[in-house]
Amino acid sequence: MRTLARTALGVGLTAAMGLGASAASAQDQELTLCWAAWDPANALVELSKDFTAQTGIKMNFEFVPWTNFADRMLNELNSGGQLCDLMIGDSQWIGAGAEYGHYVKLNDFFEAESISMDDFLPATVYAYSTWPKGSENYYALPAMGDALGWVYRKDWFERPEIQEAFQAEYGRPLTVPETWEELMEVAKFFQGREIDGEVRYGAAIYTERGSEGITMGVTAALYAWGFEYENTPGSYDMEGAVNSPDAIAALEFYKELYECCTPPGHSDAYMVANLDAYKSGQVAMQMNWFAFFPGIAKDETVGGDVSGFFVNPSMKVAASALGGQGISVVSYSDKQDLALQYIKWFAQPDVQAKWWELGGYSCHVAVAGAPDFPTSTPFAGEFLKAMGGVKDFWQEPIYAELLQAMQKRVHDYVVADQGTAADALNKLIEDWTISFEDDGKL
Amino acid sequence: MTEQTMSTPAPQQRTATAPGLTGRLRGLSDRAIAWLFIGPTMLLLLAINIFPLIWTVYLSFTNYRANQPGREVKWVGTRNYERLLGSEDIWGYLQATAHFVVWTMLLQVILGLGLALLINRGFRTASFWTTLILIPMMLSPAVVGTFWTYIFQPQTGIFSYIIDWFAGTGALDMIGAPHLAPWTIVIVDTWMWTPYIMLLCLAGLRSIPPYLYEAAEIDRANALQKFWYITLPRVLPFLMLAVLFRGIENFKMFDMVVELTSGGPGSVTELASINLKREAFENWKTGYSSAFAIILFVTVFGLGNIYVKALNRVKS
Repeated sequence: MRTLARTALGVGLTAAMGLGASAASAQDQELTLCWAAWDPANALVELSKDFTAQTGIKMNFEFVPWTNFADRMLNELNSGGQLCDLMIGDSQWIGAGAEYGHYVKLNDFFEAESISMDDFLPATVYAYSTWPKGSENYYALPAMGDALGWVYRKDWFERPEIQEAFQAEYGRPLTVPETWEELMEVAKFFQGREIDGEVRYGAAIYTERGSEGITMGVTAALYAWGFEYENTPGSYDMEGAVNSPDAIAALEFYKELYECCTPPGHSDAYMVANLDAYKSGQVAMQMNWFAFFPGIAKDETVGGDVSGFFVNPSMKVAASALGGQGISVVSYSDKQDLALQYIKWFAQPDVQAKWWELGGYSCHVAVAGAPDFPTSTPFAGEFLKAMGGVKDFWQEPIYAELLQAMQKRVHDYVVADQGTAADALNKLIEDWTISFEDDGKL
Repeated sequence: MTEQTMSTPAPQQRTATAPGLTGRLRGLSDRAIAWLFIGPTMLLLLAINIFPLIWTVYLSFTNYRANQPGREVKWVGTRNYERLLGSEDIWGYLQATAHFVVWTMLLQVILGLGLALLINRGFRTASFWTTLILIPMMLSPAVVGTFWTYIFQPQTGIFSYIIDWFAGTGALDMIGAPHLAPWTIVIVDTWMWTPYIMLLCLAGLRSIPPYLYEAAEIDRANALQKFWYITLPRVLPFLMLAVLFRGIENFKMFDMVVELTSGGPGSVTELASINLKREAFENWKTGYSSAFAIILFVTVFGLGNIYVKALNRVKS
């Protein structure tokens, strides 16, 4: 009897230990990927099912809404948290990621796995992967190409009565804006116009105060006027560049566009607010990230032939504000090997092709450089044009501080109507100078 | 038998330990016993209040950044304080805070006292109205901030609709207009917290003995005189206490305003606490924000002390 009891106990313990071991092993075979909560994130969930099927590694996702994304994730990185094994962090984080040791340097891994950065669009490699900028130190694989673009109501633009009215008012045909001046004319034309019994407005532009919204919108205009952050790259010499006459003109233009041509109450609007304004038929045009365009093209109300897409208008130069992100391995993760395995899988051309099919913007040359890519969707050609002239905000480790200063200065001027454009940019230089002095760069 | 053997040792243990503990305590002085009781609380307070305060004071004289633990921490003297006190922006945030605190207190005192006087009349549905009026203060400030953004929405919000109906203003952008936005946060806070002031005033009103009014009536005092000489002096300590609590709360107001205006447009509703959070946890200027926190602490502490002295004078 005693022997039987001992045997039963032994079997029980072995079974329990076995279960425990397999549970631990299953837990080891899990990865958590952190990103923003938006349309492409859903596409990535779908795509990653193939990775799990091939490797048996379960994927968990931590998606945070854009308005809290930087706050939440930078806190996570700064505290050395182990929530994320993989991070699709914003392009501006690359400096901090590299200098503060949040991201694993990927050069050796790329070399060992024969992953070449030449296989990715040069602008995306420069923006999403390298630190210091332009060096060959890689801290991320370009994951999601993105830039700021525009969407317009193609169906309204094509109506004969609207075309006639525009021709009569401006002496030229109503066409897709190629310059900011044309964009302003179109926006003014639609502002307050009644279409199908409803009052419509010109354009939904970025005006958000809390995170990065108004800076992304304003820089879209500034870059088109040829804006530079420094007189000489790397010098942090900003006087005359940041507050150049063209920069002042661009900022004044953006304010005029906000005052003349946005819907009432559009004073704190970013991506979702612009999408809402557009989808509800309030506005003729909206600025937004290309990342949202697949969703718009498929939308029941404004999808199909209802909407058209165009690259950020030029003024002095053709330029767009850069969005998008690279994927990095978090240095605090104890599953770095598995995370690298994911990056190796993600870098494959066939995976990248599927990524594009599902709604992600592949940066792989095999996908974005394919001859049929520009015609593959109504916005793919415009996306390529945009990526040919993208410009990003500071990517310095102290970018958040630099961003907050710009948010304040331009919102004070554009929305709160305080001071002049020159005042706003002069104060911005003062703020940035203090920040760079504190950081030891000046 | 078994029951007996099991139950016997317990009383023996009690009698064995009790004199020991009593004996040990008996050997201590009253002061030592007092320290024994308050010691753990003192230690806890030191750990979670006093030490962080001293540490913050230290950090305020350094260039420390919490997101760069490996960086050399340099003593910068009074540079953070000089920058803060010399910054136009900081004075702007303090001005916005003062505007918010002063107007919310003023409106809440007038409305809260008025409502309390009304409810105190004891009409038939008074309990129902009291419950209804108290609802806003039971809501979460973040929720209140969020749903008021819809109420203030210029195209679809009811606020704009009502104002337009009465005054023909058209779509009124309360949150986006720089001259109106500071009033939106005052309106919402007043809506939310007037019931709190009313409640404390009501407690004061209910504590007034009826014979005082009876005596006043015998003396042929009119309603205004009764209010001025009986009601107000009796309610004032309660009212002042309510203002103290609300004043401190509003001085550090954060959540409702962030949800409602994000501090905008521009910085017209960026209260000191909102800016402090931005500097500390978005810009990671820990030393600088510590200095700002100390300035705010000293201001609240100083004003609070002056106020408490005034309150004590009123009470006495």
